Amino acid sequence: MTITCTCNGEELRTGAASVADLLRERLGSAAPDGVAVAVDGEVVPRSAWADRPLADGAVVDVVTAVQGG
Amino acid sequence: MSDLVIAGEALSSRLFLGTGGLPNVALLGPVLDAARPALVTVSMRRTSSLAEGGLLAALRTAGARLLPNTAGCLSAREAVLTAELAREALGTDWVKLEVVGDEHSLLPDTVELLDAAEELVRRGFVVLPYTTDDPVLARRLVDAGCAAVMPLGSPIGSGLGVLNPHAIAAVRAAVDVPVVLDAGVGTASDAALAMELGCDAVLAATAVTRADDPVAMAAALRLGVEAGLLARAAGRIPRRTSARASSPVLGRVG
Repeated sequence: MTITCTCNGEELRTGAASVADLLRERLGSAAPDGVAVAVDGEVVPRSAWADRPLADGAVVDVVTAVQGG
Repeated sequence: MSDLVIAGEALSSRLFLGTGGLPNVALLGPVLDAARPALVTVSMRRTSSLAEGGLLAALRTAGARLLPNTAGCLSAREAVLTAELAREALGTDWVKLEVVGDEHSLLPDTVELLDAAEELVRRGFVVLPYTTDDPVLARRLVDAGCAAVMPLGSPIGSGLGVLNPHAIAAVRAAVDVPVVLDAGVGTASDAALAMELGCDAVLAATAVTRADDPVAMAAALRLGVEAGLLARAAGRIPRRTSARASSPVLGRVG
């Protein structure tokens, strides 16, 4: 099944069924180090990535640490 | 010289280092060696490539203790989410809380800042807020449960140093938590002045990362912080409006 979601501000169609699937699709790893994920404005803990389903219309943010003051 | 303690934890030095603006990650190791910072700040940003993880790997190799910030957030809601993401990604509940009013001045939005601080304390964070040099607001932030306050010396990235030393001293006198001068440091003397005014630590980012020689400036800031702390403890002479000879008056020739 394919859904439409917004990932980091970009709308995309994906076959990903879970957060882990989406990370594998976008970053090449289902459990990347130093990364955090929010779905619809709420953080999804790393331990829940594999089980957290993605609903059609989900807004996903995938962040990591970058240089900053 | 006693250690700086924040939220019950002794820190290894009184210099915090921001990583923003460093021209390349390869400089990070030498800069950290020269600065020996207690904490190293990072920002949280959307990523579409794991190649961007090079920074984190370099920081971990260097043994740096990370302090994520909420730079760029314009509302309490954004800042709280960013702090939660940082806690999840980096495994620390310490956060340098920044909520700015606009992207031009980068001055704190003090209303949103206080809201965010209250919420993050409620959620179990150790909150170090970037704030104005206002002793009344500093007290409100401490009342909200912040573990330290980080007043600005001058606008972020300006290098103008401590524009209102009396206000920084007033913040120091107003609160009983560590005061960390944040923003505006341009060179070592700015860091020394902040410590002489009673600050417990100094955070510098641009001063180091955009210096002609970041490694040398990192060392200079470390020494500036140490010099200021020593001078503060030594007790400076009172300022006078007239001269006072240090050589004896008696026994002059002629």
